[in-house]
Amino acid sequence: MAKLKSLADLQALYEASQPIMADRKGPKRPSGTKTILVCGDTGCAASGSVPIIENLRKSIEAHGLQDKVKVVRTGCFGFCERGPIVKIMPDNTFYTEVAAEDVEDIIETHIINGNRVEHLLYTDPDTEETIEESENIGFYKKQMRIALRNCGVIDAENIEEYIACEGYLALAKCLTEYTPEKVVEIVTESGLGGRGGAGFPTGKKWAATARAKGDQKYMVCNADEGDPGAFMDRSILEGDPHSVLEAMAIGGYAVGADKGLIYIRAEYPMAVHRLHVAIDQAKEYGLLGENILGTGFNFDIELRYGAGAFVCGEATALIHSMEGKRGEPTFKPPRTSEKGYNMKPTNVNNVETYANIPIIIRKGAEWFSSIGTANSKGTKVFALAGQVNNVGLIEVPMGTTLREIIYEIGGGIKDNKKFKAVQTGGPSGGCLTEKHLDIPIDYKSLTAAGSMMGSGGMVIMDETSCMVSIAKFYLDFTVPESCGKCNPCRIGNKRLAEMLDKITKGKGTMEDLEKLRNLSINIKDTALCGLGQSSPNPILSTLDNFWDEYVEHVVDKKCRAGVCKDLIHYEINKAVCIGCGACARNCPVEAISGERKMPHFIDQETCIKCGTCVTKCKFNAIQIK
Amino acid sequence: METMIALTIDGHFLQVPKGTTILEAAKSIGIAIPTLCHYKLEGQGIENKPGSCRVCVVEVEGSKNLVPSCYTECKEGMVIHTHTLRVIMARRTVVDLLLSDHPSDCLVCPQAGKCELQKLALDLGLREITYSGSKSVYKKDISAAIIRDMNKCIMCRRCETVCNQMQTVGALSAINRGFEAVVGTAFEQKLEDSTCVMCGQCVQACPVGALSEVDNTRDVMKALNNPKKTVIVQTAPAVRVALGEEFGMEPGSRVTGKMVTALRQLGFNYVFDTDFAADLTIMEEGTEMLDRIARYQAGDKSVRLPIMTSCCPGWVNFFETYYPEMLDVPSTAKSPMMMFGAIAKNYWAEKLGISREDLVVVAIMPCVAKKYECKRDEFQVNGNPDVDISLTTRELADMIRYLGIKFDQLPNGEFDRPLGESTGAAAIFGATGGVIEAATRTAYELYTKKALGKVDFQQLRGLTGVREATVDFDGTPIRIGIAHGLGNARKLLDKVRKGEEFFHAIEIMACPGGCVGGAGQPYHHGDFSKVEKRLNAIYEEDSSMPIRKSHENPYIKQLYKEYLGEPCGEKAHHLLHTHYFDKSKKNYGL
Repeated sequence: MAKLKSLADLQALYEASQPIMADRKGPKRPSGTKTILVCGDTGCAASGSVPIIENLRKSIEAHGLQDKVKVVRTGCFGFCERGPIVKIMPDNTFYTEVAAEDVEDIIETHIINGNRVEHLLYTDPDTEETIEESENIGFYKKQMRIALRNCGVIDAENIEEYIACEGYLALAKCLTEYTPEKVVEIVTESGLGGRGGAGFPTGKKWAATARAKGDQKYMVCNADEGDPGAFMDRSILEGDPHSVLEAMAIGGYAVGADKGLIYIRAEYPMAVHRLHVAIDQAKEYGLLGENILGTGFNFDIELRYGAGAFVCGEATALIHSMEGKRGEPTFKPPRTSEKGYNMKPTNVNNVETYANIPIIIRKGAEWFSSIGTANSKGTKVFALAGQVNNVGLIEVPMGTTLREIIYEIGGGIKDNKKFKAVQTGGPSGGCLTEKHLDIPIDYKSLTAAGSMMGSGGMVIMDETSCMVSIAKFYLDFTVPESCGKCNPCRIGNKRLAEMLDKITKGKGTMEDLEKLRNLSINIKDTALCGLGQSSPNPILSTLDNFWDEYVEHVVDKKCRAGVCKDLIHYEINKAVCIGCGACARNCPVEAISGERKMPHFIDQETCIKCGTCVTKCKFNAIQIK
Repeated sequence: METMIALTIDGHFLQVPKGTTILEAAKSIGIAIPTLCHYKLEGQGIENKPGSCRVCVVEVEGSKNLVPSCYTECKEGMVIHTHTLRVIMARRTVVDLLLSDHPSDCLVCPQAGKCELQKLALDLGLREITYSGSKSVYKKDISAAIIRDMNKCIMCRRCETVCNQMQTVGALSAINRGFEAVVGTAFEQKLEDSTCVMCGQCVQACPVGALSEVDNTRDVMKALNNPKKTVIVQTAPAVRVALGEEFGMEPGSRVTGKMVTALRQLGFNYVFDTDFAADLTIMEEGTEMLDRIARYQAGDKSVRLPIMTSCCPGWVNFFETYYPEMLDVPSTAKSPMMMFGAIAKNYWAEKLGISREDLVVVAIMPCVAKKYECKRDEFQVNGNPDVDISLTTRELADMIRYLGIKFDQLPNGEFDRPLGESTGAAAIFGATGGVIEAATRTAYELYTKKALGKVDFQQLRGLTGVREATVDFDGTPIRIGIAHGLGNARKLLDKVRKGEEFFHAIEIMACPGGCVGGAGQPYHHGDFSKVEKRLNAIYEEDSSMPIRKSHENPYIKQLYKEYLGEPCGEKAHHLLHTHYFDKSKKNYGL
């Protein structure tokens, strides 16, 4: 490919590449061509999408359909619960939980005979009817994919597919039509806030870096996604890496930087690979490098690898890590926009923030700011996890309620259990309850409720979750992830975790609860960086919302969820037990005894509370007391 | 003109220059905000303010969280409260947490009574440790000079700053994460196997007992109580201007006479002076310097210049580790302490008819690295060291306290002869620039064959980190470089190595201020004005001496006449000179 040397070159390529997307953009063509989209992202790949792609290619060849049918490995569709996902375009048929063995059926029934493969279609749990189009599935109805616009649509390793979806046209528009000041103005007016979690206005950040004086400036992308269970950024980088590269170049133009750095965890090998491919292709096409599109603007991007330290998501720690120093934060000010990487003005934005930029430039600030709430514009991507029927990656307009996410998109609580709490904001966030379900999600409302937006982790919990254990889980995460620099975080969090451990073991006192709250408040007030200032949030929010449960652990020595091993024991209900002996045979410590066909008995002294008997009993005779 | 910032602290309105921190601003109006991790050597460009201990937090109106005052610069219109209940409770909690992860063995800690954490807990009125839980446990690392007891580390990072920024040695750095975070060496090597040069500035900086010198006072007590042994002591020039501080005297008090009396009361058979050996060092080093300069002036380009001083053991370790290709550049003259040992165990012992095994040479040094130096293999004869034990100024003070001696009330005593006689030139060895000034006094007269009109070379003095001066040797300009602190030494050496600067001679001391700021001196807790006062006292000591040039010391003349022969002669070479080793690869055997 010869380098694109002008806006006209890019526009010509855009026009020329339209046929690639014809199937995907519809309508059906007389030629009857089809494009089969298969999710090849980490999640679906893990559940077996790679052999599906191989089988599809083989089958297409065997049936001599090469000219008519194309297979594309795409990024994440989001519906990970029902992966691997296969979508046939332009028919707009959405197949779920596809296996490699289903391939022949898809080719013969659907591609050759034009019929739907019924058993691969999604069945609505309420109506029990199959649904063909993804848009009509509950999981997708309330979603709006802006940051994820190309995930599940294009082949991330083919720059021409990105260009065919108006890729790099936003950069071209900035370079040829807008002054750098105008670009900052558009981003500011769009109301876009930092998607890393705090929601700091992106335009304001860019303006500060643009204003800062320096012979060299940097655009940095924070791809150090670290919240437990979160994979928003990973999915964007795997599914649509060019959107981030394009945005960084736009930002570079706006703030006066000619160098971009992506700080990415080395544990994201697929994202790293796709970024490398994307950067190489962008350079080959002249969309990165020197004199981009003949405008005289230079911009280059390099990767920097993180070793998986949660604290390196904090901007100053991230910069120190990139510089080869110990990944620990320093006090702000000076802000990174003044003294960042190598003490030069540096703009740090998160992956999802960048992914919004090109489309904002193309569609305008007004379009973007019309989405969302008064103080939070646009959409937010969440990694929905926990005890809901539909776990996966979702993107919703700001202002969507937690209830809509949990019950409509998430399809409600698994096994018809009772909803108990929703955790947002990861280790920095908090647990919200039933009474918070109808608040419209935005930065302010979540903070006001005692949690925070965070980068997008969202864990749903049912009645089987013990809230003291949940708080302990997050503290157990934070303690080793603290950099250890400041005393409140290094020692204070350890003491919090130890107190929680004591409480879950039934050894806590009411005084401990008071200490827990006091120390939490103190750590928030004195810790050096955002990690320490927010790490006690899971404790404070659970103390506020689940005080009774703490008191039960301390006073009654009971765990109502049956999670805390030291506070429970198992008993066999004599009225229900038929004496089949399954429990006794499977007990690893031979704690269960009893005559055949007679009710069995658990020796509490010997029992290690592993719970194996409960899972083996077919008659629900074993109860947690 | 400086931009001024107006602000309010605890109801007081004040104006401070832009860039002033809240801590400095409060201090300027007499408000003391407690600190712990903060450590600043005023005028030396060294400041540790990671903002990590959170003890100095204050309330700033409009700010959501408390802010660290050591780090935060004053802004126009700031309203600051330094001692509200919220602030005090936060400080108490922070110290409480530190104590919860700290061994409670304060009574037997090397820092007992001098510990900054102990003082802080006292000032904040902590009566119990609220939080309990697991404690950090590390193995004690004992080297020849320094003990690391990381169970006591509070992660203030002072040692890291002095080791990396001030000394550019880079042996210490924070390792691990979370509760396990601690200051350590690369790959958790023992200090002795690391790049550590034993300068001990980390010990001087440590606010708690995590870093301390090896305690040798018991060894000395044992020797003193052994009737078979003749125990003699030598005292370095910088000790006499600092020892008084240990007994509540003003920094810079000259206590030479009291120190001699105290040493006699401790039971030393002879009280000698390292200053005598300092004069001897000048004879050897000065002669070597003149020889190199003369050969250079005569056109011999193979001569390695600049000649560099070699009195400081931290510096010797530093160039052996970081400048192995320059091993032939420094003077081969031993340090005064080792020269004293060699003379005592050979010339003097022979004279008195004592075997070297029955003679115990104790050195009182302002230095931690000296403990390492006297253990070096090349300074042993058949396993018997020239200097048996080196104590720090602090350890001497400890011994004086063991005996219940009322130091400030002691009468003045005098050093024994012959190894106790010295000149003003030897006295200034304890100050940065002093060795080279002493050498210049002698070299000038030997080179020009003329008497010096004025012995004070003001251009060689001061506390600037790197100094350069030209001394006129009767028409021959002699270029002299001086650095104190190893980071400054590195700057100077790199200039020389790159050929950017030419010097005939360079003096380097590892510690800031020279030996007066030595790691073995009374803790200054970051108050560098104490070091400056000691430095001034050194020059007073010099001025008060009847003889101020080493080559005029009558006992030195006698020593050469009776025993050594010529300076740098065969015997002198054998006894008073040494050689250096390449230590750059010592830590490859991981």
